Amino acid sequence: MSERPRLAVIGAGPAGLAATLAAAGRGVPVTLVDSGTAAGGQFYRQPAAELRARRPQALHHQWRTWERLRDGLHDHVKAGAVRHLTDHHVWFVERLPDGFTVHALLGPEQEDPATVHADAVLLATGGYEHVLPFPGWTLPGVLTAGGAQAMLKGTLTVPGRTAVVAGTGPLLLPVATGLAAAGVELAALVESADPRAFVRQSRALVSQPGKLGEGAAYAGQLLRRRVRTLFRHTVVEAHGTDRVEAVTLAALDADGRVRPGTGRRIACDTLAVSHGMQPHTDLAESLGCRLDGPRVHVDDEQRTDVPGVWAAGEPTGIGGSALALAEGHIAGLSAAARLLGTEADPGEWATAAKSRTRQREFAAGLDRVYRPPAHWTEQVADDTVLCRCEEVTAGAVREAVDELGAGDLRTVKLLTRAGMGWCQGRMCGPAVAGLAGCRLTPSRRPFARPVPLGVLAQEPDRPTERGSS
Amino acid sequence: MSSPLDLADAHPGPAFTVTLDGREIEALPGQTVAAALWTAGVTSWRTTRGEGRPRGVFCGIGVCFDCLVTVNDRSGQRACLVPVTPGDVIRTQEGTGCDE
Amino acid sequence: MSQPLTCDVVVVGAGMVGAACALYAARAGLDVVVVDRGPVAGGTTGAGEGNLLVSDKEPGPELDLALLSGRLWGQLAEEFGQFIEYEAKGGVVVATSPGSLTALERLAAEQRAAGVLAEPVAGGALYTLEPHLAPGLPGGVHYPQDSQVMPALAAAHLLRASGARLFTGRTVTGVPRTSDGSVLGVRTDRGDIHAPALVNAAGTWGGDLAALAGATLPVLPRRGYVLVTEPLPRMIRHKVYAADYVADVASHSAALQTSPVVEGTAAGPILIGASRERVGFDRSFSLPALRALAAGATRLFPFLAEVRAIRSYVGFRPYMPDHLPAIGPDPRVPGLYHACGHEGAGIGLSTGTGHLLAQVLAAKTPDLDLTPFRPDRFAEEAA
Repeated sequence: MSERPRLAVIGAGPAGLAATLAAAGRGVPVTLVDSGTAAGGQFYRQPAAELRARRPQALHHQWRTWERLRDGLHDHVKAGAVRHLTDHHVWFVERLPDGFTVHALLGPEQEDPATVHADAVLLATGGYEHVLPFPGWTLPGVLTAGGAQAMLKGTLTVPGRTAVVAGTGPLLLPVATGLAAAGVELAALVESADPRAFVRQSRALVSQPGKLGEGAAYAGQLLRRRVRTLFRHTVVEAHGTDRVEAVTLAALDADGRVRPGTGRRIACDTLAVSHGMQPHTDLAESLGCRLDGPRVHVDDEQRTDVPGVWAAGEPTGIGGSALALAEGHIAGLSAAARLLGTEADPGEWATAAKSRTRQREFAAGLDRVYRPPAHWTEQVADDTVLCRCEEVTAGAVREAVDELGAGDLRTVKLLTRAGMGWCQGRMCGPAVAGLAGCRLTPSRRPFARPVPLGVLAQEPDRPTERGSS
Repeated sequence: MSSPLDLADAHPGPAFTVTLDGREIEALPGQTVAAALWTAGVTSWRTTRGEGRPRGVFCGIGVCFDCLVTVNDRSGQRACLVPVTPGDVIRTQEGTGCDE
Repeated sequence: MSQPLTCDVVVVGAGMVGAACALYAARAGLDVVVVDRGPVAGGTTGAGEGNLLVSDKEPGPELDLALLSGRLWGQLAEEFGQFIEYEAKGGVVVATSPGSLTALERLAAEQRAAGVLAEPVAGGALYTLEPHLAPGLPGGVHYPQDSQVMPALAAAHLLRASGARLFTGRTVTGVPRTSDGSVLGVRTDRGDIHAPALVNAAGTWGGDLAALAGATLPVLPRRGYVLVTEPLPRMIRHKVYAADYVADVASHSAALQTSPVVEGTAAGPILIGASRERVGFDRSFSLPALRALAAGATRLFPFLAEVRAIRSYVGFRPYMPDHLPAIGPDPRVPGLYHACGHEGAGIGLSTGTGHLLAQVLAAKTPDLDLTPFRPDRFAEEAA
């Protein structure tokens, strides 16, 4: 093969884009494989082109960073240095003696296969939200905060007229302000964290004054809109028959228990809720990469312990877009150096490494502040569904633990089917682990997404690299 | 600002018609099936195979599979991912969405 | 644990075979403790399909054990049926060529003589049993006795019903013995368990436990994958497999073999097996093995090509060189009893195994002659 060694970057969010630009900038041909119809990932999700939005920046912040990434990608694609494969849903990365084959499904239908061969792969697969269950959380109109934001950014639609935004985490504020700006009446913003915790974590948090300013700006917007913001509160139930009609909120005591008698009912047709993020690690796991808890283990160069595999962004630990950019940049430079047969020089990414350190500290600080209520399981009634796919109730999980001797996530799954359905436990994993009182261990998911048996049955032919944009 | 389209100053092409369980609804180019249904005021288009409970968008990014819907006789499509196209026949998916 | 535990029988292994041994031993009046280094059903039990088959067995001791086990499963189903997803769905073995049909019908005739219900099904009638089979198949054999359980649930419910004291997450580190070599119980990482009888129900890891007790038992892992589809209505009514499966089961090869074994489940998903490879305890995901499974299944049921696989799992069958389990007392170590090495048939054969072992422990004559299952039958080979 006369062609130069090729890098496949999986995911076109902040980490994948930063990595692509860094590696392509060093002369390494990059194939950027992404499930989106356009680059951006979740953070920089863009309205569909046909919606012809003239002011997409109204839905975003850090727009200048996005413009730099977008234009950089455009230039590299135009110059032939980067192939950007959109609508490619990767279900498996296969390790072969001469490199890697990335197996994807094409288009929103995900029925036809496409494969990409590469000498190295860089996993920038992002994360997804988790929501801890409460009675009524399966009602239509209850959705993840990030889901509400994704629908708003990508399709310019909102789920209803009157929303409560609840849970915990740095995502709640931007989601609430986004919905409010898009015309949704915000009945309440409900955060279980204690504001005093911010003070206790001030050292880690002030290391990123820009981020605090961002938060203050959101808070200011909510204040102007007179949005009721309740700290140390939680949603204890969503009410309704065929869709959510109201929620009951309650105050939390210092131990994270619901304070009796504090419940109040608020009418709404939408509840956007979030309790944090989980990294997408399926591809790394099936490649055999070491995980530390739920994260992909990487070294200072963002290398996993599998030769030829790098990881950046949320898969290596939830930390947000700025951390993803730094990690992606480092990973891209390191991969380029290794593929070109030169020594990777950490001096080249000293600035990014500094930013990475600061962002990781900041993320750890946030993690200590934004905690779901410590005793959230007390609010989960036995008839509350935990596993949305297989409709496994909290009672069934409790029975498996108390009566049948299940003490870990896998045994609970075997005995109850919790986590065996379409989403493969991505939604219910943290909840089931919490209720069973066991660790959230990574679940082995050989398919990162469902794959038609007819596609799986096919012998891999020559790599197809269609869909270039 | 009163609508997300105004907020982003969007000027999509003309609306077209699709059907949900035989009922005509309007959709915009660039919308997903879920977005078109939301715009039409519909928030659920699936019933679960155990208890027959209604479901709609939950994660919004293709991970949770709660928004499964039958589009043009293909069951198990994620409404939050699939773009809506003129004339689409969208059906509420009951249970597995497949006939025996 | 400061106080050492004492009991009549300590069963090592909280899988299906250990659960059945615990249940039948307890019902024979023995005080039973079950210990496992992992959780309930954490080994091969949790990675199986739950087959209770007579169809894949040639006449001989294994078939006799399967027939006994099937009767016992029928009794247990009356007690536990809905909790363990017992389903007497029957099996359909499909010939893919006229030649394989002849061989299959010959096997069925021999099985009938041994007491198996095996009804030849001509081409047309095959499609009444399984309407979605690929067209043009020459015929097959219907085995009404083939059944299925959900193996992890079966193990958990039998263990609970046994009343045995269950210690999971506890690793056996040694087998203390008297000066004459008799078993005194087990030493674990969390204290000793005293018992005059030790049942080795450690499945694929049974060789290691035997070694701790001073005996050799050649149990080897034989890797298998199962593919699981999206939930569907009942498109496949029986356990359906191609006639070449029987040859694969009996094969001694270490290389990858796959023959399609396809079945619907009460829960909705279709399960697709069966691959066999001897590659040690390598848990990594093998795309070629899964590709072969998918190809075989879609040849048998073309509609499956459009159906999505949502997951796959891997397990290690406890393989013995002659494909027969080790059941009964080990004459080399007084007090040591084996109940392992059932390869891919452990769920189905667990009830008969537990029943026979309980008879031996209670000093009764077992219903079947245990000579073919003698644990020391490989001694010469090993030496």
